[in-house]
Amino acid sequence: MIETQHLYYKIGSKLILEDISVKFLPGKLNLIIGPNGAGKSTLVKLICQQSKPSKGTILFENKNLQSLSTMELSKYRAVLSQNIELAFPLKVSEVVMMGRYPHFSSKPTEKDLKACEEAMRFFDVLDMANRDYLTLSGGEKQRVHFARVAAQIWVPIENGCRYLILDEPLTFLDVHYQFHFMHKLLELLQQKDVVIIGVVHDLNLAAKFANEIVLLNHGKLLAHGSPEEVLTPEFIRTAYRLEPIIHQTNGQTFLFFE
Amino acid sequence: MTASDNMTLTERIFMDIRLPRAILCEFVGASLAVGGTLLQALFRNPIVEPGLVGTSCGAAFGAALYFALGATFHFSTGQWTLPLAACLGAIVSTSLVFFLSQSRHTGKSSIVSLLLTGIAINALFLSGVGFLSYIARDPQARSIVFWNLGTLSGASWASVLVVGISTSVCVLLALRYAKQLNALMIGEEEAQFLGVDIKKLKWKVLGINVVMVAVATAFVGVISFVGLIVPHLLRILKGSDNRFLIINSAVLGGLLLCVADLLSRMLLRPAELPIGIVTSIVGVPIFIFLLKKKNYFF
Repeated sequence: MIETQHLYYKIGSKLILEDISVKFLPGKLNLIIGPNGAGKSTLVKLICQQSKPSKGTILFENKNLQSLSTMELSKYRAVLSQNIELAFPLKVSEVVMMGRYPHFSSKPTEKDLKACEEAMRFFDVLDMANRDYLTLSGGEKQRVHFARVAAQIWVPIENGCRYLILDEPLTFLDVHYQFHFMHKLLELLQQKDVVIIGVVHDLNLAAKFANEIVLLNHGKLLAHGSPEEVLTPEFIRTAYRLEPIIHQTNGQTFLFFE
Repeated sequence: MTASDNMTLTERIFMDIRLPRAILCEFVGASLAVGGTLLQALFRNPIVEPGLVGTSCGAAFGAALYFALGATFHFSTGQWTLPLAACLGAIVSTSLVFFLSQSRHTGKSSIVSLLLTGIAINALFLSGVGFLSYIARDPQARSIVFWNLGTLSGASWASVLVVGISTSVCVLLALRYAKQLNALMIGEEEAQFLGVDIKKLKWKVLGINVVMVAVATAFVGVISFVGLIVPHLLRILKGSDNRFLIINSAVLGGLLLCVADLLSRMLLRPAELPIGIVTSIVGVPIFIFLLKKKNYFF
């Protein structure tokens, strides 16, 4: 579990995040949504140790994030950030193997090779294992990175959760692979020690797949809960300044805008 | 050498001049090529070469100062004075780059600011070299130019020993960071998520590069292009894994410089062509040919 307690983040005198207290539970798909500039990426950055909060604490289980080292975290926490550019030509399998770097010292073990292969099969990139990463399309590259971060936390660790943090993972993907990816996340979540936090823009995807939605607006927590609790006309109107039409069919929620 | 008393002239030329020169070539080539590999990996930039953080320009300035001042003050010119002046120059310019690239607010120096500061300091020291060769009288001015184009004619067993030790130690140390440098290929932030302490890695790798390149350059002058071309040739042959690149650029860099030195002594016989000119003349066409032939792009 990841918990943020009264989190504040300031740049100069500008308050970017204000009093954010949320819990992200294992076995649930936690999605963060909100309009541009709401503070989604900032929240993810704080959780990833990329920036330090001005005030407040972040707990991984019961440990304060600040007390955890980069090396220690990398053994059970994987992060996929936006816009990854590779500086040199590298085979897809080599990129995925990077996910195992925290787990071996100089040569990958049997276990690492197996984790990589399984993660590549899981995200449907095994058949491009020997291709040069730089020749792939944007969507293919993204799937390679899914396999990489999955490989990083593929093997359960003793007495603790594994964490996967995704900053706008669906960019570059066509609808097929967006759905494919979301289903894969749900499949990963069947292991009850996995915590997934993701930032998404597509409200309909959030409505369909999320277990828990965190809605941010102007740096504040506007709503937090199940899709039904968060994706209400009032909250959507406040956050996005658009009039939503919410349509329910067979228990599924669809959002349209006037 | 005590054993050389019984040798013929040819044997002595081989033992005291040719052999140390060939071995020095191996070590200098290895230093420059591994330095290039390390900096390209660290800066995540394929056009970087080991002199970029100011090392070789500082060395050139130190050497130029030595030539210019030596002529003015007529101080004794021992075997170690020139390398020492070059090494000091390299240390001063590189420290200047490191110091100036630190951000005043955070105390951190980003890779980009390091790169840009390096370019600026290089320009400064090069114009210093230009100024010194402009005011120097003829024999000194020629020495400055000659040194800036590199030469291995000063090779001795003593220089082999010094460069050999620094190269071997630095290459072995560099191998320890191969995996972390690999992780850096997908970005600084991403490497941190893979458990790499970027700040420590950066200083360690830069330190290794500076020692290796400063020592090598101090004895042979500025030799360009080896550090740039060797890692590229290897990447074209067999991918970008840094472990592979470090080991093999040490070998290939040495070989390449040996061939270049051979050519530098043969092309204008009995005169000697500066080796820096040879590395460029030979290196550039091979490099461009390979770039065009293989699908090697960024």
